[in-house]
Amino acid sequence: MQLEKFTYDNKIVRNFAFATIIWSIVGMLVGVIIAFQLAYPALNFGIPYISFGRLRPLHTNAVIFAFVGNGIFTGTYYMLPRLLKASMWNKTLSYIHFWGWQLIIVFAALTLPFGLTEGKEYAELIWPIDIAITIIWVVFGVNMFGTILTRRERHLYVAIWFLIGTWVTVAMLHIVNSFALPTSLTHSYSWYAGVQDALVQWWYGHNAVAFFLTTPYLGLMYYFVPKAAQRPIYSYRWSIIHFWALIFIYIWAGPHHLLYTALPDWAQSLGVVFSIMLILPSWGGMLNGIFTLRGAWDKVKEDPILKMFIVALTCYGMSTFEGPMLSLKNVNAIAHYTDWIIAHVHVGALGWNGFLTFGMLYWLVPRIFNTTLYSKKWANTHFLIGTIGILLYAIPLYWASFSQALMWKEFTAEGQLKYQFLETVTRILPMYILRALGGTVYLAGVILMVVNLYKTVKAGSLIEVEYAEAPSLQSVPLPAGKQFWHSAIERRPLRMLLLSLIVVAIGGAIELIPTFLIKENIPTISTVKPYTPLELQGRDIYIREGCYTCHSQMIRPFRDEVARYGDYSKSGEFVYDHPFQWGSKRTGPDLAREGGKYPNSWHYRHMNAPEEISQGSIMPPYNWLLDDDLDTTTTPVKIRAMQTLGVPYPKGYDEKANADLRIQAEEITTDLKTNKIKANSRKEIIAVIAYLQRMGTDLKRAPEKEVKNLH
Amino acid sequence: MIVIVLLLAVSLSVALGFLVAFIWSAKTGQFDDSFSPANKILFDKNNQEPKNQ
Repeated sequence: MQLEKFTYDNKIVRNFAFATIIWSIVGMLVGVIIAFQLAYPALNFGIPYISFGRLRPLHTNAVIFAFVGNGIFTGTYYMLPRLLKASMWNKTLSYIHFWGWQLIIVFAALTLPFGLTEGKEYAELIWPIDIAITIIWVVFGVNMFGTILTRRERHLYVAIWFLIGTWVTVAMLHIVNSFALPTSLTHSYSWYAGVQDALVQWWYGHNAVAFFLTTPYLGLMYYFVPKAAQRPIYSYRWSIIHFWALIFIYIWAGPHHLLYTALPDWAQSLGVVFSIMLILPSWGGMLNGIFTLRGAWDKVKEDPILKMFIVALTCYGMSTFEGPMLSLKNVNAIAHYTDWIIAHVHVGALGWNGFLTFGMLYWLVPRIFNTTLYSKKWANTHFLIGTIGILLYAIPLYWASFSQALMWKEFTAEGQLKYQFLETVTRILPMYILRALGGTVYLAGVILMVVNLYKTVKAGSLIEVEYAEAPSLQSVPLPAGKQFWHSAIERRPLRMLLLSLIVVAIGGAIELIPTFLIKENIPTISTVKPYTPLELQGRDIYIREGCYTCHSQMIRPFRDEVARYGDYSKSGEFVYDHPFQWGSKRTGPDLAREGGKYPNSWHYRHMNAPEEISQGSIMPPYNWLLDDDLDTTTTPVKIRAMQTLGVPYPKGYDEKANADLRIQAEEITTDLKTNKIKANSRKEIIAVIAYLQRMGTDLKRAPEKEVKNLH
Repeated sequence: MIVIVLLLAVSLSVALGFLVAFIWSAKTGQFDDSFSPANKILFDKNNQEPKNQ
């Protein structure tokens, strides 16, 4: 057998590792800032670019796609060539992947604070960035599959299966969820509306957790835990079963994010059943990782890397136990919309993703820099600080969520709601402060790691290229059926194949989706009408400011919710909502039936300074809405886009829309004047008030009284 | 709720793809050996100094 010589590129691993470190600091710092903003709303400073609603998407996107994303790629570019005994397929693609991904992150950071968003959680990035993500993801895929197909190791180690599953599924999720109709370079409307949009979004949202935060990290776990422990995985057979079980079950669990909403019951039940089933493969993976360290506890006691892995696996076990529990309808009834979910995801993010990444970095950086870790003691301290940080973060939030959920649901003997919404917020503020401190402590640990790794890098020098050799697979005769693939690969039409597949898929979907969806969006409730132009503009401002990060628009059919917010939400009410804005968290009250609850003047004053109107409110001020002019030049194109999406504005309405907009704006301004507020009718606040006053009012409208302003 | 049909179709086709991958991998003997792959990864040479520099 002839040995072939090849190389491992460590420079790309270093690049991704450094990117992981840099973005971890950025993402977590923004997290700490918004955690303090919740406790001390003054920290919003009345500056639009750093208000909570805009920073929160920045935090989630930075942590998920920048920190964890680069973590995935760091591990992949290290382990993939070594597991396959091959160089990465194409070095240029590796670097396009690296710089492309960083550029995407930079653009995310440059757009989200400016309110450029699609308004769907964890998929906020505007459409040009969505396209860039697709392209770079394909680049990554081509490079990965190219490496797999030119490998010198017949067997695909289980970690590689996890990467394959990740790549395929993330590509599918991202493309299907990102369908949008652009109205400008930075703005678009989701193809889907209302319930349909919600279902697609949470199918995506749930699986983003599954296939971006979980499966690739399981792949890393299956490589780096055995490597760091210097012992094989507890049960390889188990890992195989665990992989296939996970991949077949995970995709069906998405609807558990929409329990008790306007989603059909059978879809909800399907989501619940699959969510419960998920315990088995999840725990299989967790136990497999932990058992790998059986009989090596003496090592675990001393080695900070193994300690981090143990905590990561424990947190994975905790959150994958909690996930199915939260999917039970009776638990979900209490936990949904509260901080329980925030605590749950942070056990996963800080514990599982964070600690696994840190352990991997502590193991990998010294190796590629041909040195030893600068300070094991510091790493141990980081472990300790980090663990305390996680506990300090999660426990207060669990506490807060229990108190708040119980307070929401409490009635007096007379049958009245016992607590005002605001009381339930001020009650848990001390917990918010503790949570923010927990996050700070965790971040301090990360900073210690950065210093430690910096000193490590300084002490060593990068082994840019590692040399290796292995026999070629071709020297072993192939089974007949594989000859085709092998020769096909040599001519490298793979890129063509993949790209054409994707183009076909996109093309097919683009043709099918709109026709189906638009037909489906015929309102089943006759009084539900399209938004007026002013309301539509106001809604876009609502989306821009990220109101959905704190306010839901979905009243579930529970006694307390109906008593507090009004009649429960019906699916037919949302047919014109591109995108849907149901939200997932009630830091503030639900707004589904906000229309008509308060006078225009209340909203005007409240948006300017919430704290002055309702004392103790933690809502940030939106004073700039009172100063900034509403951009009405976009009205015609927005109306036309809505018409394309099936919203029944009369033909040619795009040109008349602004006239109607002015009339409605003047009406609101006149009303404000009678309440002694001198407002300019051209300001953004007027549009926001129009939208808020419209919300949930369609059901109350008498069928014969048609809206006048649409003629 | 035609979107459910869309999601089911997309999800099922991906699941089908995985099923094909699973059958392929089982048939080509990917899972025949559940001992050496787990051990092999521990013994590669990547921890050593580069040679032939």
